[in-house]
Amino acid sequence: MDYTRFLNASVSAVPKSGIRKFFDIVQTMPKAISLGVGEPDFVTPYHIRNAAIDSLLDGETQYTSNWGKLSLRNEIAYYVERRFGLKYSPENEILATIGASEGIDLALRAMLTPGDEVVVPEPSFVSYCPGVIFAGGVPVPIKTDADNNFMLTAEALLAALTDKTKALIMPYPNNPTGGVIDRESLEKLRDVIIGNDLIVISDEVYAELTYGPGAHVSIASLPGMRERTVYINGFSKAFAMTGWRIGYACAPAPLMENIVKIHQYAIMCAPNQAQVAAEEALKRGREDDYADITVMRESYNRRRRLMFDSFRKMGLSCFEPLGAFYVFPSIKKTGLTSETFCERLLKEKEVACVPGTAFGACGEGFIRCCYATALDKLTVALERIDDFIHNL
Amino acid sequence: MKNKKMELLQLLQQDCRIPLEKLSVMLGQPAETVAGMIDDMERSGVILRYTPVINWDRLGKERVEGMIEVRVTPQRDEGFDAIAKRIYRFDEVKSVYLMSGAYDLLLLVEAPTLKELALFVSSKLSVLDNVIGTATHFVLKCYKNEGIIFEDEPRDRRLAVNP
Repeated sequence: MDYTRFLNASVSAVPKSGIRKFFDIVQTMPKAISLGVGEPDFVTPYHIRNAAIDSLLDGETQYTSNWGKLSLRNEIAYYVERRFGLKYSPENEILATIGASEGIDLALRAMLTPGDEVVVPEPSFVSYCPGVIFAGGVPVPIKTDADNNFMLTAEALLAALTDKTKALIMPYPNNPTGGVIDRESLEKLRDVIIGNDLIVISDEVYAELTYGPGAHVSIASLPGMRERTVYINGFSKAFAMTGWRIGYACAPAPLMENIVKIHQYAIMCAPNQAQVAAEEALKRGREDDYADITVMRESYNRRRRLMFDSFRKMGLSCFEPLGAFYVFPSIKKTGLTSETFCERLLKEKEVACVPGTAFGACGEGFIRCCYATALDKLTVALERIDDFIHNL
Repeated sequence: MKNKKMELLQLLQQDCRIPLEKLSVMLGQPAETVAGMIDDMERSGVILRYTPVINWDRLGKERVEGMIEVRVTPQRDEGFDAIAKRIYRFDEVKSVYLMSGAYDLLLLVEAPTLKELALFVSSKLSVLDNVIGTATHFVLKCYKNEGIIFEDEPRDRRLAVNP
């Protein structure tokens, strides 16, 4: 049977994720060391898992409010204010979502009308551009440069604007580059954003994983930006809770009205136990100053320094990543494309990395390596990459 | 600096053979500083020794380990220290702890054979003055020691490649 007639052509036209191909090859190589993962190597802290178990045993198996439990939203409100200086009302400005990903999807669908353009800095997370297309919009990728630490500049944003531009996705701290953005750059961007009446979807799921001297600055915390930002965050990276699929979106009430409408018809509510676990993560954090996060961040930081230093010693040009848990070295000097490099590295040395091109065309010449991997494995992987490069 | 010391100890506990240069990179401190921290801790007795954690079962060598609960009479002025000292001098004794609860000292002991361990208890330990009673427990299997799981390595449950 020919299904073409039944398939949405614009969905069919979106290419499959570039990551899939590597996943398929790695699956056949059980001994390969993977630096291709995009999640913590920690298990969710025990007390968080236990809270979910307790709630299951207590029979907490019902739907929750569409918005998520009020007790969780209260905790989120407290957390984003304490950590990032953001004020949202738990009543009508905070929504518990199925991971940060759902928040991004909802925001796009709630705001875009067909033909609206959305500016997407690249390299960045694989879901943004497809998400824009699925919502009927037109993604407009902007290239960011290693020379500028992969930060989006006000000039580049300005150059990408047309009279159809409605929104900008802000992907910092960044997956795959590990880049962060500083207050000064954010302020310059803000002037362009406000001057051109844009709305921002800020994906800050790596906000807790930064390693520079200053803490992460949320664009929503800048004067004039709260009212034009949909703030997205989640528990996956900060609390090692990827599989729970729990995140949240915060936005001014009028935007939230549309966002929640889609969520309530499509999803009903985020899973009850994931909400319980998330609430426990924040409650404990309130008491012990987020010790769960600190322990993990310090461990990532040690490995980050090692990996960054190793790539430099290999002679690869690599900017110092100050966020997330990725290093994004340039492999241009090898003369190989990102994809060939990764394919050969995997087949010849059994080390899996992700080609930069999976995160946008401008990722060509780079590879993403995740350092959320056990130190002994990381060390072996780095030796193998070194060996590979020097025997090309 | 105190935090750095803790971080350094954590790394050394994971693997005390990490080269100095790597430790220095991971801690973000000059190599001389890290070397100095290690020297200090060795000299002040914080770090006593660097030893491997061995899974003897894998070696297939016959060897007996046990834990012995010992009840003793504490001595005037000396408390438990003098008798503990007598006991820790035996080569068979790997560790000695003063415990709260139903008994006083807990010994971790090892010997090449069951017979030798039994002999240690009957002829060396229980005959000591001040030892009132002992209860010996033989180790049947070690699952985890020094934070290391002895079973086959736990599987990394993550998907090998994801966004």
